[in-house]
Amino acid sequence: MTENRDKQAETADAAAPAADDARAAAETAKEETANLPAERQGPKPKLDIRNLNFYYGTHQALKNINLKIPEKQVMAFIGPSGCGKSTLLRTFNRIYSLYPNQRAEGEIWMDGQNILGKDVDVNLLRAKVGMVFQKPAPFPMSVFDNIAFGIRLYERLPKAELEERVEQALRRAALWDEVKDKLHKSGAALSGGQQQRLCIARAIAVKPEVILLDEPTSALDPISTARIEELVMELSEDYTIVIVTHNMQQAARISDRTAFMYLGEIIEEGETDQIFTAPREEKTQAYITGRFG
Amino acid sequence: MPHSHILKAFDRDLAELDAKIMRMGELAEEELKGALKALRKRDPEKAETVIVKDRQVDSLEQNIEDDTVRIIIRHQPLADDLRQVIGAMKTAGELERIGDLAKNIARRVITLASEKPPKPLKKGLKRMGKQVIAQLHDVLEAYATRDAQKAVEVWRRDEEIDEAYNALFRELLTYMMEDPRTIGLCTHLLFGARNLERIGDHVTNIAENVYYMVTGDKLDASRPKSDATANILPRLDDEDDEDDEDDF
Repeated sequence: MTENRDKQAETADAAAPAADDARAAAETAKEETANLPAERQGPKPKLDIRNLNFYYGTHQALKNINLKIPEKQVMAFIGPSGCGKSTLLRTFNRIYSLYPNQRAEGEIWMDGQNILGKDVDVNLLRAKVGMVFQKPAPFPMSVFDNIAFGIRLYERLPKAELEERVEQALRRAALWDEVKDKLHKSGAALSGGQQQRLCIARAIAVKPEVILLDEPTSALDPISTARIEELVMELSEDYTIVIVTHNMQQAARISDRTAFMYLGEIIEEGETDQIFTAPREEKTQAYITGRFG
Repeated sequence: MPHSHILKAFDRDLAELDAKIMRMGELAEEELKGALKALRKRDPEKAETVIVKDRQVDSLEQNIEDDTVRIIIRHQPLADDLRQVIGAMKTAGELERIGDLAKNIARRVITLASEKPPKPLKKGLKRMGKQVIAQLHDVLEAYATRDAQKAVEVWRRDEEIDEAYNALFRELLTYMMEDPRTIGLCTHLLFGARNLERIGDHVTNIAENVYYMVTGDKLDASRPKSDATANILPRLDDEDDEDDEDDF
Protein backbone atom coordinates (compact mmCIF):
# COMPACT_ATOMS: atom_id res chain seq x y z
CA MET A 1 0.00 0.00 0.00
CA THR A 2 2.74 2.39 0.95
CA GLU A 3 4.60 1.34 -2.15
CA ASN A 4 1.61 2.34 -4.16
CA ARG A 5 1.66 5.78 -2.65
CA ASP A 6 5.37 6.18 -3.14
CA LYS A 7 4.99 5.37 -6.79
CA GLN A 8 2.26 7.92 -7.23
CA ALA A 9 4.26 10.47 -5.31
CA GLU A 10 7.21 9.93 -7.61
CA THR A 11 5.17 10.81 -10.66
CA ALA A 12 4.14 14.05 -9.05
CA ASP A 13 7.67 14.89 -7.99
CA ALA A 14 8.33 16.85 -11.09
CA ALA A 15 5.16 18.85 -10.60
CA ALA A 16 5.75 19.85 -6.99
CA PRO A 17 8.32 22.61 -7.13
CA ALA A 18 7.37 23.20 -10.74
CA ALA A 19 5.01 26.10 -10.15
CA ASP A 20 7.77 28.58 -9.28
CA ASP A 21 10.02 27.32 -12.02
CA ALA A 22 7.17 27.42 -14.51
CA ARG A 23 6.46 31.03 -13.67
CA ALA A 24 10.10 31.94 -14.11
CA ALA A 25 10.26 29.98 -17.36
CA ALA A 26 7.14 31.71 -18.63
CA GLU A 27 8.73 35.08 -17.92
CA THR A 28 11.89 34.13 -19.77
CA ALA A 29 9.89 32.66 -22.62
CA LYS A 30 7.89 35.87 -22.91
CA GLU A 31 11.07 37.90 -23.19
CA GLU A 32 12.51 35.51 -25.71
CA THR A 33 9.48 35.33 -28.01
CA ALA A 34 9.30 39.11 -28.10
CA ASN A 35 12.58 39.07 -30.01
CA LEU A 36 11.66 36.25 -32.37
CA PRO A 37 10.55 36.82 -35.94
CA ALA A 38 6.77 36.60 -36.31
CA GLU A 39 6.72 33.15 -37.87
CA ARG A 40 8.42 31.59 -34.86
CA GLN A 41 6.00 32.88 -32.27
CA GLY A 42 3.60 30.15 -31.16
CA PRO A 43 2.79 27.04 -33.18
CA LYS A 44 3.15 27.32 -36.93
CA PRO A 45 -0.15 28.11 -38.66
CA LYS A 46 -1.28 25.52 -41.19
CA LEU A 47 -4.07 27.72 -42.47
CA ASP A 48 -3.88 31.50 -42.42
CA ILE A 49 -7.20 33.13 -43.20
CA ARG A 50 -7.06 36.77 -44.16
CA ASN A 51 -9.99 39.15 -44.69
CA LEU A 52 -12.30 36.37 -45.75
CA ASN A 53 -15.84 37.26 -46.83
CA PHE A 54 -18.36 34.74 -48.06
CA TYR A 55 -21.62 35.16 -49.95
CA TYR A 56 -24.60 32.94 -50.66
CA GLY A 57 -25.94 34.96 -53.59
CA THR A 58 -26.37 38.40 -52.08
CA HIS A 59 -26.41 37.20 -48.47
CA GLN A 60 -23.11 37.71 -46.72
CA ALA A 61 -22.47 34.71 -44.46
CA LEU A 62 -18.90 35.47 -43.35
CA LYS A 63 -17.65 38.93 -42.49
CA ASN A 64 -13.98 39.76 -42.62
CA ILE A 65 -12.61 36.62 -41.00
CA ASN A 66 -8.99 36.71 -39.89
CA LEU A 67 -7.73 33.56 -38.23
CA LYS A 68 -4.68 31.36 -37.99
CA ILE A 69 -5.17 27.63 -37.57
CA PRO A 70 -2.10 26.02 -35.99
CA GLU A 71 -0.53 22.92 -37.46
CA LYS A 72 -1.17 19.55 -35.82
CA GLN A 73 -3.64 20.83 -33.30
CA VAL A 74 -7.40 20.60 -32.96
CA MET A 75 -9.28 23.83 -33.66
CA ALA A 76 -12.99 23.91 -32.78
CA PHE A 77 -15.61 26.31 -34.12
CA ILE A 78 -18.59 26.84 -31.87
CA GLY A 79 -21.58 29.15 -32.14
CA PRO A 80 -25.35 29.12 -32.65
CA SER A 81 -26.95 27.73 -35.81
CA GLY A 82 -26.41 29.93 -38.81
CA CYS A 83 -23.39 31.72 -37.36
CA GLY A 84 -21.22 30.67 -40.28
CA LYS A 85 -19.06 27.99 -38.70
CA SER A 86 -19.85 25.32 -41.31
CA THR A 87 -19.56 27.89 -44.07
CA LEU A 88 -16.08 28.79 -42.85
CA LEU A 89 -15.09 25.12 -42.71
CA ARG A 90 -16.35 24.65 -46.28
CA THR A 91 -14.00 27.31 -47.61
CA PHE A 92 -10.93 25.34 -46.53
CA ASN A 93 -11.38 22.74 -49.26
CA ARG A 94 -13.48 24.95 -51.55
CA ILE A 95 -16.30 22.48 -51.44
CA TYR A 96 -18.68 25.45 -51.74
CA SER A 97 -17.56 25.91 -55.34
CA LEU A 98 -19.63 22.86 -56.27
CA TYR A 99 -22.67 25.08 -55.83
CA PRO A 100 -23.72 28.01 -57.99
CA ASN A 101 -23.97 31.50 -56.47
CA GLN A 102 -21.59 30.78 -53.62
CA ARG A 103 -18.39 32.77 -53.55
CA ALA A 104 -15.53 33.59 -51.24
CA GLU A 105 -13.43 36.75 -51.22
CA GLY A 106 -10.15 37.15 -49.40
CA GLU A 107 -7.24 34.81 -48.89
CA ILE A 108 -6.60 31.49 -47.21
CA TRP A 109 -2.92 30.61 -47.16
CA MET A 110 -1.74 27.04 -46.79
CA ASP A 111 1.92 26.08 -47.23
CA GLY A 112 2.71 29.30 -49.05
CA GLN A 113 -0.23 29.12 -51.45
CA ASN A 114 -3.49 31.04 -51.46
CA ILE A 115 -5.98 28.18 -51.81
CA LEU A 116 -8.70 30.55 -52.98
CA GLY A 117 -6.49 31.50 -55.94
CA LYS A 118 -7.64 30.79 -59.52
CA ASP A 119 -4.72 28.54 -60.38
CA VAL A 120 -5.35 26.08 -57.54
CA ASP A 121 -6.09 22.46 -58.53
CA VAL A 122 -9.23 21.89 -56.49
CA ASN A 123 -8.92 18.10 -56.67
CA LEU A 124 -5.42 18.18 -55.24
CA LEU A 125 -6.59 20.62 -52.60
CA ARG A 126 -9.34 18.22 -51.55
CA ALA A 127 -6.85 15.38 -51.29
CA LYS A 128 -4.79 17.57 -48.98
CA VAL A 129 -7.80 18.76 -47.02
CA GLY A 130 -10.10 15.86 -46.18
CA MET A 131 -13.63 16.26 -44.91
CA VAL A 132 -16.06 14.26 -42.79
CA PHE A 133 -19.71 15.24 -42.58
CA GLN A 134 -22.42 15.20 -39.96
CA LYS A 135 -24.23 12.15 -41.26
CA PRO A 136 -21.93 9.22 -41.93
CA ALA A 137 -22.14 8.73 -45.67
CA PRO A 138 -20.36 5.57 -46.74
CA PHE A 139 -20.38 4.92 -50.47
CA PRO A 140 -22.76 2.12 -51.50
CA MET A 141 -19.94 -0.38 -51.80
CA SER A 142 -17.90 -2.70 -49.61
CA VAL A 143 -15.89 -1.53 -46.59
CA PHE A 144 -12.71 -2.19 -48.53
CA ASP A 145 -13.82 -0.30 -51.63
CA ASN A 146 -14.99 2.65 -49.56
CA ILE A 147 -11.37 3.23 -48.63
CA ALA A 148 -9.77 2.02 -51.87
CA PHE A 149 -12.00 4.27 -53.99
CA GLY A 150 -10.36 7.49 -52.83
CA ILE A 151 -6.85 6.07 -53.12
CA ARG A 152 -7.51 4.91 -56.70
CA LEU A 153 -8.57 8.43 -57.65
CA TYR A 154 -5.12 9.78 -56.90
CA GLU A 155 -2.73 6.86 -57.16
CA ARG A 156 -2.24 3.65 -59.11
CA LEU A 157 -1.04 1.02 -56.68
CA PRO A 158 -0.35 -2.72 -57.03
CA LYS A 159 -2.99 -4.82 -55.27
CA ALA A 160 -0.85 -5.77 -52.28
CA GLU A 161 0.13 -2.18 -51.66
CA LEU A 162 -3.46 -1.02 -51.98
CA GLU A 163 -4.55 -3.60 -49.44
CA GLU A 164 -1.87 -2.41 -47.09
CA ARG A 165 -2.99 1.20 -47.45
CA VAL A 166 -6.59 0.23 -46.74
CA GLU A 167 -5.56 -1.68 -43.63
CA GLN A 168 -3.39 1.22 -42.47
CA ALA A 169 -6.24 3.69 -42.82
CA LEU A 170 -8.67 1.40 -41.00
CA ARG A 171 -6.18 0.84 -38.20
CA ARG A 172 -5.51 4.56 -37.89
CA ALA A 173 -9.26 5.15 -37.62
CA ALA A 174 -9.47 2.54 -34.83
CA LEU A 175 -11.83 0.43 -36.94
CA TRP A 176 -9.64 -2.42 -38.21
CA ASP A 177 -10.36 -4.91 -35.43
CA GLU A 178 -14.08 -4.46 -35.86
CA VAL A 179 -14.19 -4.82 -39.67
CA LYS A 180 -11.24 -7.00 -40.64
CA ASP A 181 -13.53 -10.00 -41.07
CA LYS A 182 -16.12 -8.14 -43.12
CA LEU A 183 -14.02 -6.09 -45.49
CA HIS A 184 -16.09 -7.18 -48.42
CA LYS A 185 -19.46 -6.61 -46.83
CA SER A 186 -21.33 -3.40 -47.51
CA GLY A 187 -20.18 -0.29 -45.65
CA ALA A 188 -23.82 0.55 -45.01
CA ALA A 189 -24.16 -2.57 -42.84
CA LEU A 190 -21.91 -1.08 -40.15
CA SER A 191 -23.27 0.75 -37.10
CA GLY A 192 -23.51 4.55 -37.18
CA GLY A 193 -20.35 5.02 -35.15
CA GLN A 194 -18.47 2.53 -37.29
CA GLN A 195 -19.71 4.20 -40.47
CA GLN A 196 -18.39 7.53 -39.21
CA ARG A 197 -15.02 5.99 -38.45
CA LEU A 198 -15.12 4.46 -41.92
CA CYS A 199 -15.58 7.96 -43.33
CA ILE A 200 -12.63 9.17 -41.28
CA ALA A 201 -10.57 6.22 -42.55
CA ARG A 202 -11.60 7.15 -46.11
CA ALA A 203 -10.41 10.71 -45.51
CA ILE A 204 -7.11 9.54 -44.00
CA ALA A 205 -6.43 7.03 -46.77
CA VAL A 206 -5.52 9.70 -49.33
CA LYS A 207 -2.90 11.09 -46.92
CA PRO A 208 -4.35 14.52 -46.25
CA GLU A 209 -2.67 17.17 -44.11
CA VAL A 210 -5.82 18.77 -42.81
CA ILE A 211 -9.02 17.02 -41.73
CA LEU A 212 -12.26 18.96 -41.55
CA LEU A 213 -15.00 17.53 -39.36
CA ASP A 214 -18.47 19.03 -39.65
CA GLU A 215 -20.39 17.94 -36.54
CA PRO A 216 -19.07 14.42 -36.89
CA THR A 217 -20.80 12.99 -33.82
CA SER A 218 -24.17 14.73 -33.73
CA ALA A 219 -25.89 11.59 -35.01
CA LEU A 220 -24.03 9.21 -32.69
CA ASP A 221 -24.61 7.78 -29.21
CA PRO A 222 -22.27 8.77 -26.33
CA ILE A 223 -19.99 5.73 -26.57
CA SER A 224 -19.49 6.07 -30.34
CA THR A 225 -18.99 9.79 -29.76
CA ALA A 226 -16.27 9.13 -27.19
CA ARG A 227 -14.53 6.76 -29.64
CA ILE A 228 -14.51 9.42 -32.34
CA GLU A 229 -13.27 12.01 -29.86
CA GLU A 230 -10.41 9.77 -28.74
CA LEU A 231 -9.61 9.18 -32.40
CA VAL A 232 -9.58 12.91 -33.16
CA MET A 233 -7.17 13.53 -30.28
CA GLU A 234 -4.88 10.78 -31.52
CA LEU A 235 -5.00 12.00 -35.11
CA SER A 236 -4.06 15.51 -34.05
CA GLU A 237 -0.52 14.24 -33.50
CA ASP A 238 -0.16 13.90 -37.26
CA TYR A 239 -2.87 16.06 -38.81
CA THR A 240 -4.26 19.55 -38.48
CA ILE A 241 -7.87 19.13 -37.45
CA VAL A 242 -10.71 21.61 -37.65
CA ILE A 243 -14.01 20.60 -36.11
CA VAL A 244 -17.38 22.30 -36.16
CA THR A 245 -19.54 21.27 -33.23
CA HIS A 246 -22.84 22.21 -31.67
CA ASN A 247 -21.66 20.54 -28.52
CA MET A 248 -19.57 22.97 -26.47
CA GLN A 249 -18.51 20.24 -24.07
CA GLN A 250 -17.10 18.37 -27.03
CA ALA A 251 -15.07 21.41 -28.05
CA ALA A 252 -13.82 21.64 -24.46
CA ARG A 253 -12.89 17.97 -24.39
CA ILE A 254 -10.92 17.65 -27.56
CA SER A 255 -9.75 20.98 -28.93
CA ASP A 256 -6.57 22.91 -28.29
CA ARG A 257 -8.07 26.16 -29.50
CA THR A 258 -11.66 27.31 -29.81
CA ALA A 259 -13.23 30.03 -31.93
CA PHE A 260 -16.66 31.39 -31.06
CA MET A 261 -18.61 32.66 -34.05
CA TYR A 262 -21.74 34.77 -34.19
CA LEU A 263 -23.57 36.27 -37.17
CA GLY A 264 -20.75 35.52 -39.57
CA GLU A 265 -17.98 36.96 -37.41
CA ILE A 266 -15.37 35.48 -35.13
CA ILE A 267 -16.18 37.04 -31.78
CA GLU A 268 -13.35 35.42 -29.88
CA GLU A 269 -10.62 32.89 -30.52
CA GLY A 270 -8.13 31.51 -28.05
CA GLU A 271 -6.82 28.56 -26.09
CA THR A 272 -9.71 26.26 -25.21
CA ASP A 273 -8.99 26.38 -21.47
CA GLN A 274 -9.05 30.18 -21.55
CA ILE A 275 -12.24 30.40 -23.65
CA PHE A 276 -14.07 28.11 -21.23
CA THR A 277 -12.74 29.51 -17.93
CA ALA A 278 -12.37 33.19 -18.63
CA PRO A 279 -13.72 34.31 -21.99
CA ARG A 280 -12.82 37.91 -22.73
CA GLU A 281 -15.97 38.78 -24.68
CA GLU A 282 -19.36 39.13 -23.07
CA LYS A 283 -21.05 37.38 -26.01
CA THR A 284 -18.81 34.34 -25.65
CA GLN A 285 -19.54 34.23 -21.92
CA ALA A 286 -23.30 34.43 -22.57
CA TYR A 287 -23.20 31.69 -25.21
CA ILE A 288 -21.11 29.15 -23.35
CA THR A 289 -23.07 29.59 -20.12
CA GLY A 290 -26.42 29.20 -21.87
CA ARG A 291 -27.57 32.79 -21.32
CA PHE A 292 -27.84 33.70 -24.96
CA GLY A 293 -30.62 36.18 -25.83
CA MET B 1 -10.76 2.52 -11.06
CA PRO B 2 -12.44 -0.54 -12.49
CA HIS B 3 -12.65 0.52 -16.17
CA SER B 4 -10.58 2.91 -18.16
CA HIS B 5 -12.17 5.81 -20.00
CA ILE B 6 -12.50 5.76 -23.75
CA LEU B 7 -10.77 9.14 -23.71
CA LYS B 8 -7.29 8.20 -22.53
CA ALA B 9 -6.45 11.78 -21.64
CA PHE B 10 -9.15 11.60 -18.95
CA ASP B 11 -7.45 8.64 -17.26
CA ARG B 12 -4.08 10.35 -17.48
CA ASP B 13 -5.40 13.56 -15.93
CA LEU B 14 -7.11 11.74 -13.05
CA ALA B 15 -4.01 9.65 -12.31
CA GLU B 16 -1.87 12.75 -12.30
CA LEU B 17 -4.27 14.48 -9.94
CA ASP B 18 -4.04 11.55 -7.53
CA ALA B 19 -0.27 11.56 -7.73
CA LYS B 20 -0.11 15.26 -6.94
CA ILE B 21 -2.35 14.87 -3.89
CA MET B 22 -0.05 12.09 -2.67
CA ARG B 23 2.99 14.24 -3.23
CA MET B 24 1.37 17.11 -1.39
CA GLY B 25 0.39 14.81 1.49
CA GLU B 26 3.92 13.51 1.70
CA LEU B 27 5.31 17.04 1.86
CA ALA B 28 2.81 18.07 4.56
CA GLU B 29 3.75 14.98 6.55
CA GLU B 30 7.45 15.78 6.24
CA GLU B 31 6.73 19.34 7.27
CA LEU B 32 4.85 18.23 10.38
CA LYS B 33 7.53 15.72 11.36
CA GLY B 34 10.21 18.36 10.83
CA ALA B 35 8.38 20.94 12.93
CA LEU B 36 7.93 18.54 15.83
CA LYS B 37 11.51 17.38 15.66
CA ALA B 38 12.69 20.99 15.64
CA LEU B 39 10.50 21.65 18.66
CA ARG B 40 11.84 18.64 20.51
CA LYS B 41 15.50 19.43 19.79
CA ARG B 42 14.99 23.20 19.97
CA ASP B 43 16.66 23.43 16.58
CA PRO B 44 15.90 26.72 14.79
CA GLU B 45 17.78 25.66 11.65
CA LYS B 46 15.57 22.63 11.23
CA ALA B 47 12.59 24.90 11.81
CA GLU B 48 13.75 27.11 8.94
CA THR B 49 13.75 24.16 6.54
CA VAL B 50 10.14 23.47 7.50
CA ILE B 51 9.17 27.03 6.68
CA VAL B 52 10.84 26.72 3.29
CA LYS B 53 9.11 23.41 2.60
CA ASP B 54 5.74 25.02 3.21
CA ARG B 55 6.18 27.08 0.05
CA GLN B 56 6.28 23.87 -1.97
CA VAL B 57 3.06 22.74 -0.36
CA ASP B 58 1.42 26.08 -1.18
CA SER B 59 2.49 26.04 -4.81
CA LEU B 60 1.37 22.44 -5.19
CA GLU B 61 -2.06 23.40 -3.89
CA GLN B 62 -2.27 26.09 -6.55
CA ASN B 63 -1.17 23.59 -9.13
CA ILE B 64 -3.84 21.08 -8.04
CA GLU B 65 -6.50 23.77 -8.11
CA ASP B 66 -5.55 24.64 -11.69
CA ASP B 67 -5.65 20.96 -12.63
CA THR B 68 -9.10 20.41 -11.17
CA VAL B 69 -10.49 23.42 -13.02
CA ARG B 70 -8.94 22.09 -16.21
CA ILE B 71 -10.39 18.62 -15.65
CA ILE B 72 -13.84 20.07 -15.03
CA ILE B 73 -13.65 22.04 -18.28
CA ARG B 74 -12.08 19.31 -20.33
CA HIS B 75 -13.85 16.20 -19.17
CA GLN B 76 -17.00 17.31 -17.39
CA PRO B 77 -16.56 14.54 -14.80
CA LEU B 78 -19.59 12.68 -13.40
CA ALA B 79 -20.25 10.14 -10.65
CA ASP B 80 -17.04 8.72 -9.11
CA ASP B 81 -14.93 10.91 -11.38
CA LEU B 82 -16.76 13.98 -10.16
CA ARG B 83 -16.33 12.90 -6.56
CA GLN B 84 -12.64 12.34 -7.11
CA VAL B 85 -12.12 15.79 -8.57
CA ILE B 86 -14.12 17.54 -5.85
CA GLY B 87 -12.42 15.40 -3.20
CA ALA B 88 -8.98 16.27 -4.55
CA MET B 89 -9.69 19.98 -4.58
CA LYS B 90 -11.00 19.95 -1.02
CA THR B 91 -8.19 17.70 0.21
CA ALA B 92 -5.57 19.99 -1.32
CA GLY B 93 -7.13 22.81 0.72
CA GLU B 94 -6.92 20.77 3.92
CA LEU B 95 -3.31 19.79 3.26
CA GLU B 96 -2.40 23.39 2.64
CA ARG B 97 -3.85 24.32 6.06
CA ILE B 98 -1.98 21.43 7.68
CA GLY B 99 1.20 22.77 6.13
CA ASP B 100 0.49 26.24 7.49
CA LEU B 101 -0.12 24.91 10.99
CA ALA B 102 3.10 22.91 10.91
CA LYS B 103 4.90 26.03 9.73
CA ASN B 104 3.37 27.90 12.65
CA ILE B 105 4.81 25.35 15.07
CA ALA B 106 8.19 25.78 13.39
CA ARG B 107 8.03 29.56 13.83
CA ARG B 108 7.49 29.11 17.57
CA VAL B 109 10.60 26.94 17.71
CA ILE B 110 12.61 29.89 16.46
CA THR B 111 11.14 32.12 19.17
CA LEU B 112 11.62 29.52 21.89
CA ALA B 113 15.13 28.41 20.96
CA SER B 114 16.69 29.58 24.23
CA GLU B 115 13.95 28.38 26.58
CA LYS B 116 13.93 25.00 28.22
CA PRO B 117 10.51 23.39 28.57
CA PRO B 118 9.86 21.14 31.59
CA LYS B 119 10.40 17.46 30.80
CA PRO B 120 6.87 16.13 31.39
CA LEU B 121 5.51 18.78 29.05
CA LYS B 122 7.90 17.76 26.30
CA LYS B 123 6.70 14.22 26.72
CA GLY B 124 3.05 15.19 26.43
CA LEU B 125 3.63 17.21 23.26
CA LYS B 126 5.73 14.46 21.75
CA ARG B 127 3.00 11.91 22.35
CA MET B 128 0.34 14.13 20.86
CA GLY B 129 2.58 14.90 17.88
CA LYS B 130 3.06 11.19 17.23
CA GLN B 131 -0.68 10.62 17.28
CA VAL B 132 -1.29 13.40 14.79
CA ILE B 133 1.46 12.20 12.45
CA ALA B 134 0.00 8.68 12.52
CA GLN B 135 -3.46 10.06 11.76
CA LEU B 136 -2.18 12.07 8.80
CA HIS B 137 -0.25 9.10 7.50
CA ASP B 138 -3.26 6.81 7.77
CA VAL B 139 -5.66 9.18 6.10
CA LEU B 140 -3.30 9.58 3.15
CA GLU B 141 -3.06 5.81 2.96
CA ALA B 142 -6.85 5.62 2.95
CA TYR B 143 -6.91 8.24 0.17
CA ALA B 144 -4.36 6.40 -1.95
CA THR B 145 -6.10 3.06 -1.63
CA ARG B 146 -9.66 4.44 -1.62
CA ASP B 147 -10.28 2.66 1.68
CA ALA B 148 -13.52 3.99 3.19
CA GLN B 149 -13.23 1.78 6.26
CA LYS B 150 -9.80 3.09 7.07
CA ALA B 151 -11.06 6.65 6.61
CA VAL B 152 -13.81 6.00 9.16
CA GLU B 153 -11.27 4.65 11.63
CA VAL B 154 -9.12 7.76 11.29
CA TRP B 155 -12.21 9.92 11.64
CA ARG B 156 -13.17 8.22 14.92
CA ARG B 157 -9.67 8.35 16.35
CA ASP B 158 -9.61 12.14 16.30
CA GLU B 159 -11.31 11.92 19.67
CA GLU B 160 -8.05 10.66 21.15
CA ILE B 161 -6.23 13.72 19.87
CA ASP B 162 -8.84 15.99 21.36
CA GLU B 163 -8.38 14.22 24.68
CA ALA B 164 -4.61 14.56 24.52
CA TYR B 165 -5.07 18.25 23.84
CA ASN B 166 -7.40 18.66 26.83
CA ALA B 167 -4.84 16.96 29.06
CA LEU B 168 -2.00 19.14 27.78
CA PHE B 169 -4.13 22.22 28.20
CA ARG B 170 -4.75 21.46 31.87
CA GLU B 171 -1.14 20.62 32.42
CA LEU B 172 0.05 23.88 30.88
CA LEU B 173 -2.43 25.87 32.94
CA THR B 174 -1.09 24.24 36.07
CA TYR B 175 2.48 25.20 35.21
CA MET B 176 1.50 28.76 34.48
CA MET B 177 -0.38 29.09 37.74
CA GLU B 178 2.45 27.57 39.71
CA ASP B 179 5.14 29.73 38.20
CA PRO B 180 4.17 32.87 36.28
CA ARG B 181 7.69 33.05 34.79
CA THR B 182 6.72 30.13 32.56
CA ILE B 183 3.73 31.93 31.09
CA GLY B 184 5.60 33.05 27.95
CA LEU B 185 6.93 29.59 27.21
CA CYS B 186 3.73 27.80 28.13
CA THR B 187 1.61 30.07 25.97
CA HIS B 188 3.73 29.20 22.95
CA LEU B 189 3.51 25.52 23.77
CA LEU B 190 -0.22 25.87 24.26
CA PHE B 191 -0.59 27.32 20.80
CA GLY B 192 1.66 24.56 19.49
CA ALA B 193 -0.65 21.99 21.01
CA ARG B 194 -3.60 23.89 19.63
CA ASN B 195 -2.05 23.74 16.15
CA LEU B 196 -1.67 19.98 16.48
CA GLU B 197 -5.28 19.67 17.52
CA ARG B 198 -6.34 21.71 14.49
CA ILE B 199 -4.23 19.51 12.21
CA GLY B 200 -6.20 16.60 13.65
CA ASP B 201 -9.41 18.34 12.60
CA HIS B 202 -8.13 18.88 9.06
CA VAL B 203 -7.21 15.19 8.95
CA THR B 204 -10.78 14.26 9.81
CA ASN B 205 -11.97 16.53 7.01
CA ILE B 206 -9.75 14.60 4.62
CA ALA B 207 -11.21 11.36 6.01
CA GLU B 208 -14.67 12.72 5.19
CA ASN B 209 -13.51 13.55 1.67
CA VAL B 210 -12.17 10.03 1.20
CA TYR B 211 -15.38 8.51 2.48
CA TYR B 212 -17.40 10.64 0.09
CA MET B 213 -15.12 9.85 -2.84
CA VAL B 214 -15.43 6.12 -2.26
CA THR B 215 -19.05 5.73 -1.22
CA GLY B 216 -20.82 8.85 -2.43
CA ASP B 217 -22.22 9.31 1.08
CA LYS B 218 -21.40 12.02 3.59
CA LEU B 219 -19.63 11.18 6.82
CA ASP B 220 -20.65 14.12 8.91
CA ALA B 221 -23.24 12.71 11.28
CA SER B 222 -21.97 12.72 14.82
CA ARG B 223 -18.30 12.48 15.39
CA PRO B 224 -17.83 12.94 19.12
CA LYS B 225 -16.23 16.35 19.62
CA SER B 226 -14.06 16.14 22.66
CA ASP B 227 -12.22 19.43 22.64
CA ALA B 228 -13.52 20.55 26.03
CA THR B 229 -10.97 23.28 26.61
CA ALA B 230 -13.56 25.99 26.03
CA ASN B 231 -15.09 24.94 29.35
CA ILE B 232 -11.90 25.01 31.36
CA LEU B 233 -11.09 28.02 33.52
CA PRO B 234 -9.32 30.40 33.45
CA ARG B 235 -11.17 31.21 30.27
CA LEU B 236 -9.38 31.92 27.09
CA ASP B 237 -11.21 33.88 24.44
CA ASP B 238 -11.22 30.95 22.16
CA GLU B 239 -13.88 31.84 19.61
CA ASP B 240 -12.79 29.35 17.10
CA ASP B 241 -14.55 28.80 13.86
CA GLU B 242 -13.78 26.67 10.87
CA ASP B 243 -12.53 29.33 8.52
CA ASP B 244 -10.26 31.28 10.82
CA GLU B 245 -6.71 31.63 9.71
CA ASP B 246 -5.13 29.52 12.45
CA ASP B 247 -2.05 31.69 12.19
CA PHE B 248 -1.64 33.12 15.63
